[in-house]
Amino acid sequence: MAQERRVISVIVMNEASVLSRIVGLFSGRGYNIDSLTVAPIPGSKYSRITIVTQGSIRVIEQIIKQLHKLIPVLKVYEHEHLVEKEMALVKFPVTECLSDIAALCGAYNGQIVNVGEDTIIVNVADEPHRVSNFLKAIKRFHPKEIVRSGVVAMEM
Amino acid sequence: MQISGAQMVIESLIAEDVSVVFGYPGGAIMNVYDEIYKQSGFQHVLARHEQAAIHAAEGYSKTTGKVGVAMITSGPGFTNAVTGLADAYMDSIPMVVISGQVPMSLIGTDAFQEIDAVGISRPCTKHNYLVTDAADLPRILKEAFYIASTGRPGPVHVDIPKDVTAQIAEYKYPETVELETYKPNVKGNLRQIKKAVDAIAASSRPMFYLGGGIINANAAEEVRELVKMCNIPAVETFMARGTLRVDDTNLVSMLGMHGSYAANMSMSETDLMIAIGARFDDRVTGKLSEFAKHAKVIHIDIDPASISKLVPADFPIVGDVKNVVNEMLPLAKEKVDGERYASWRETVANFDKLHPLTYEDSDDVLKPQWVIERIGELLGDDANITTDVGQHQMWAAQFYPFTRPRQFTSSGGLGTMGFGFPAALGVKRGDPERISINITGDGSILMNIQELMTAVEYKLPVINVILNNKYLGMVRQWQTMFYDKRHSSTDISLQPDFVMLAESFGGVGYRVKTKEEFDAALKDAIEKNVVALIDVTVNRLENVLPMVPAGGSLFNMMLEYKDK
Ligand SMILES: Cc1ncc(C[n+]2csc(CCOP(=O)(O)OP(=O)(O)O)c2C)c(N)n1
Ligand SMILES: [Mg+2]
Repeated sequence: MAQERRVISVIVMNEASVLSRIVGLFSGRGYNIDSLTVAPIPGSKYSRITIVTQGSIRVIEQIIKQLHKLIPVLKVYEHEHLVEKEMALVKFPVTECLSDIAALCGAYNGQIVNVGEDTIIVNVADEPHRVSNFLKAIKRFHPKEIVRSGVVAMEM
Repeated sequence: MQISGAQMVIESLIAEDVSVVFGYPGGAIMNVYDEIYKQSGFQHVLARHEQAAIHAAEGYSKTTGKVGVAMITSGPGFTNAVTGLADAYMDSIPMVVISGQVPMSLIGTDAFQEIDAVGISRPCTKHNYLVTDAADLPRILKEAFYIASTGRPGPVHVDIPKDVTAQIAEYKYPETVELETYKPNVKGNLRQIKKAVDAIAASSRPMFYLGGGIINANAAEEVRELVKMCNIPAVETFMARGTLRVDDTNLVSMLGMHGSYAANMSMSETDLMIAIGARFDDRVTGKLSEFAKHAKVIHIDIDPASISKLVPADFPIVGDVKNVVNEMLPLAKEKVDGERYASWRETVANFDKLHPLTYEDSDDVLKPQWVIERIGELLGDDANITTDVGQHQMWAAQFYPFTRPRQFTSSGGLGTMGFGFPAALGVKRGDPERISINITGDGSILMNIQELMTAVEYKLPVINVILNNKYLGMVRQWQTMFYDKRHSSTDISLQPDFVMLAESFGGVGYRVKTKEEFDAALKDAIEKNVVALIDVTVNRLENVLPMVPAGGSLFNMMLEYKDK
């Protein structure tokens, strides 16, 4: 069956073991997690977990139902129209062509955020597939380290 | 009221109207056991192994419909209990299991008898808690009982560090549960229910597919009425045995891997499957793509995740089975005319005539199926039946004449050898007026044989009928059929003397090789009202038939097995 990429937001009680319940559900039932982000929702006792996953329609439907079954889960959204953003941090040797790097960053809502003796760090924040493109494009500048944040999403 | 965490546990159990706790003490739970010693609100039954304590609580729950309660210590006490938790989870049995844990200051230090209990129990419980403050205990225990017994029932595990049971805090048992994130949906959607009844009325070969959820929901009465009113044939899953009376004319026995020819054929031919509280287990459906291939599907279940998980439902109805069936009754009365299905009923009856569920009796050797039929003839409705796991379990499900829900308790989802005897203790404790029979195998009985001591101590006169084939019979059957008779590690003819074994614990043992001896032994054990092991020598190489080989289609049954 055709695999679909889906972004699922899960609103959960802010309590100790909730993340392990979610992650355990995915590993125990053999579902994929492409990325996962968690943070408290300001001014509430809830957190939002954003999960990017892949599966057939049947599997996605099961994932959503199984998430609902977990006791500390308040809501599960499967997004249709959404804004997705992801951030990446990349470290380069200062010996690379910094102006080219800076220009590329600019095209992906990014900038240089730290300059050290031997390395610089840049960040970009954009749609996930654009972040992937950016990471491809900067390969020739010999990045020493790459950190992706995982996706956050909001319904339009 | 300012009391200790340990006292809160006692008070809460009493507030929940718990009358028996099955358990086993140890270091981390000692504060609670000290309070158990002082109280008189409930009985504590000391099992002789933690796994058995959980199974006993399961049996108690199964027979009474109440939440089963068990108590264990940290580390090895907890790990011994895990099989029981998993068993209760797979069969949706409402349970609250309380374990001790090392003091909070030692958690994470690899302390003596420390194990990440909630980490281990998470995938085999409906929910679990690590209590970090005694002030939370009343709320947590209230929630635990509520979660265990509502929605799709299941076990809830509460892990309590030793210092929390010593901690003094304010106790007031909450009257209600406020769980913003857990609201089980009990009412079925009425529009959907109407559509389903219309579909029944329009169908020509409808079939009820009755599952264990009916028994969990205490809805057997309603389902009996619905089946009768519609006059539609019904098959039961293993877990649903006893939903319909054995003499109900619409009952077409059990379906699935060891289901009857008629049950499996009619499921293959139906044009409308009415699944109630069933979950399409692979032992039921066989090859999924061929299962009830021509049928539209009505699926009624409390658990939305069960619906369309394996077979897409045309009429999904999420809700409590009792509630939904009650809504269906007046609609069915108005719209469904049983006359319509007369020729279909005849077809189903002909399937049954063609290949009835039967066996070949013998004068030379006892047949295990005969033993089960005989218990049924002699005791029928008066007995509660538990089983272990294996061939004997399937024969019990096939041949015992069940007449009521909760009469049959067996490990279906997990298939746990060693379940039967301790579960029978819980059944006897919950329903002392009835005779408690555990139909077991020579392999399984040794997996919790130490419970003879519990049974004798607490005067729980369970009668264990060992269908002794000197084999791990079910595995041997597969080896015979699918592994060219290489009976690898399944010959268990080296055995204890079961009579002496029973007697050494203070029970009574019987050795049985003939029909007369069996009748005499059963009669004697019942009259003496003792804990008994009846060691019945049965035909060694008997096979459970019919059989749908794993992954095969239901309509391709092996009806007989000819030795090559
Ligand atoms: C704890 C556990 N271990 C292994 C199995 C696999 N198993 C299923 S049936 C069976 C044989 C059971 O033998 P016995 O109790 O003598 O019953 P019989 O099939 O001979 O009636 C085995 C080993 C199991 N179900 N549970
Ligand atoms: Mg055996």
